[in-house]
Amino acid sequence: MALRLSCPNCGSRPFTEFWFGGELRPLYREGMSPEEDYRRLWLPENAAGRQTERWFHHAGCRRWLTAERDTVTNEIHVVH
Amino acid sequence: MIGLLRKQVHLRTNDLKPHYDVVIIGGGGHGLAAAYYLARVHGVRDVAVLERSYIGAGGTGRNTTIVRSNYKTPETIAFYKKSHQMFLELGQELDYNMLVTPRGLLWLAHSDNQLRLQRERAALNQAFDVETVFLDAAGVREVCPQLDMTGGGGKHPILGAAWHPKGCITRHDAVVWGYAAASQRLGVHVHQGIEVTGISTEGGRCVGVTTTAGPIAAGVVMSAVGGYVSNVARMAKIRLPIITHPLQAYVTESYKPAFDRVVASADLHIYISQSARGEFLIGAEIDPYTSYANASTWPFIASASARAIDLLPFLAKLRILRAWTGACDMSPDYSPVMGTTELKNFYVSTGWGTWGFKAIPASGLSMAELLATGKVPALIAPFRADRFRDDRAISERASAGTH
Ligand SMILES: Cc1cc2nc3c(=O)[nH]c(=O)nc-3n(C[C@H](O)[C@H](O)[C@H](O)COP(=O)(O)OP(=O)(O)OC[C@H]3O[C@@H](n4cnc5c(N)ncnc54)[C@H](O)[C@@H]3O)c2cc1C
Ligand SMILES: [Zn+2]
Repeated sequence: MALRLSCPNCGSRPFTEFWFGGELRPLYREGMSPEEDYRRLWLPENAAGRQTERWFHHAGCRRWLTAERDTVTNEIHVVH
Repeated sequence: MIGLLRKQVHLRTNDLKPHYDVVIIGGGGHGLAAAYYLARVHGVRDVAVLERSYIGAGGTGRNTTIVRSNYKTPETIAFYKKSHQMFLELGQELDYNMLVTPRGLLWLAHSDNQLRLQRERAALNQAFDVETVFLDAAGVREVCPQLDMTGGGGKHPILGAAWHPKGCITRHDAVVWGYAAASQRLGVHVHQGIEVTGISTEGGRCVGVTTTAGPIAAGVVMSAVGGYVSNVARMAKIRLPIITHPLQAYVTESYKPAFDRVVASADLHIYISQSARGEFLIGAEIDPYTSYANASTWPFIASASARAIDLLPFLAKLRILRAWTGACDMSPDYSPVMGTTELKNFYVSTGWGTWGFKAIPASGLSMAELLATGKVPALIAPFRADRFRDDRAISERASAGTH
């Protein structure tokens, strides 16, 4: 079964219309130490279960979306 | 005569002990090989390998068995070259037939850019004494006459290739069973059906594991769980530079031996071989999103088949028999992650991604030395887990991808 995402702008579409942007990570904050920045950039959670992640709808609205997906079952809970 | 008819026992069951000098989590190739060399080379025999499922249930039983050493950085070429050499003698070492079969590996170029890259790869390999030569189109045709040199009617014309004659295929189950049986003969315990559920610590150091069969104390613990390493890292309260992507592969029905090369294309992200059983084995790129689902998908099979047929048109007539998927522990630079961690006495062998099968002997030997002596062997020192902190990535993106 191929994954489908329900884009809030375009409706239900196959994952092949999207680029995966990886798990949502904290953004760089002013004053972050190099160590904090290293951990943020290089040491992901890689959750087995519910993960908040980014997808770019390149073959549709061309917007970045945030989804909640279970990485064990691939069930997608929400996309916004 | 009696010996001929004797029923062969590969693996005995052992009673689980409450303490081991070394506990290894994961009964894939990397865990079992480390256990074997601990016992064989260092005389450390009080070792348990804990496997939650059956040995070889992970990537080691799912991979496409390509063994090669045509990598692109000095650190990785040295490491994979050692492993490749060890593979050639592994049958003798473990007294188990590995069916190591040198097929020769072609990395095709369909663009000027790939021509340049494959020329570079050949030159670099030669500089490190790895046999890889650049072939022009005529040379490719000679080595592998079945290829459609137009690449599907001009879509992906074959302009040349890097030719690695020593590239092999082998029998992955034999690697698992060979290491398991040989280490058991030396006194190692291999426990199947026991899952590690926690890492025990005391005063900031690892002192054992908790499992579905109760707690086990250990002098040192090593994680070798392939794509599931982040789960074990969470138990140890550490983070690793790893994300888990599925990698799919599939085989056709068996046919007469007709194709004795391994053909790979970096531009098309695809590789094809014919197994000893006669199946055509096709692999391609990782799934484009992280997942632990191990699901095979139609878009993958359809797109990989189209690309494979562009290179080898006769494949269009064959029928697909079986498809499967494994979870790959991908590192940011496509190089392994081996060694110590932020938790004392807790070691990892990971970052094996889509390329770690060929590394099993050299990684097992090196990790065993580290566990036995506490000193990181020079061969694996560059692959430390924290290399990204000080910008020491070892990029193999162009050459590690997919197998
Ligand atoms: C389709 C595919 C094709 C590939 N092709 C190639 C190739 O051609 N060449 C190549 O070099 N590499 C290839 N690879 C990569 C290679 O298979 C892996 O890198 C390698 O097998 C990893 O071995 P491992 O021992 O680290 O992990 P695995 O073989 O995955 O073993 C890990 C074991 O740990 C167990 N485990 C997990 N969690 C726990 C726990 N909590 N407690 C106890 N046990 C646990 C699992 O059940 C599993 O048996 C391929 C991979 C795939 C999926
Ligand atoms: Zn959209």
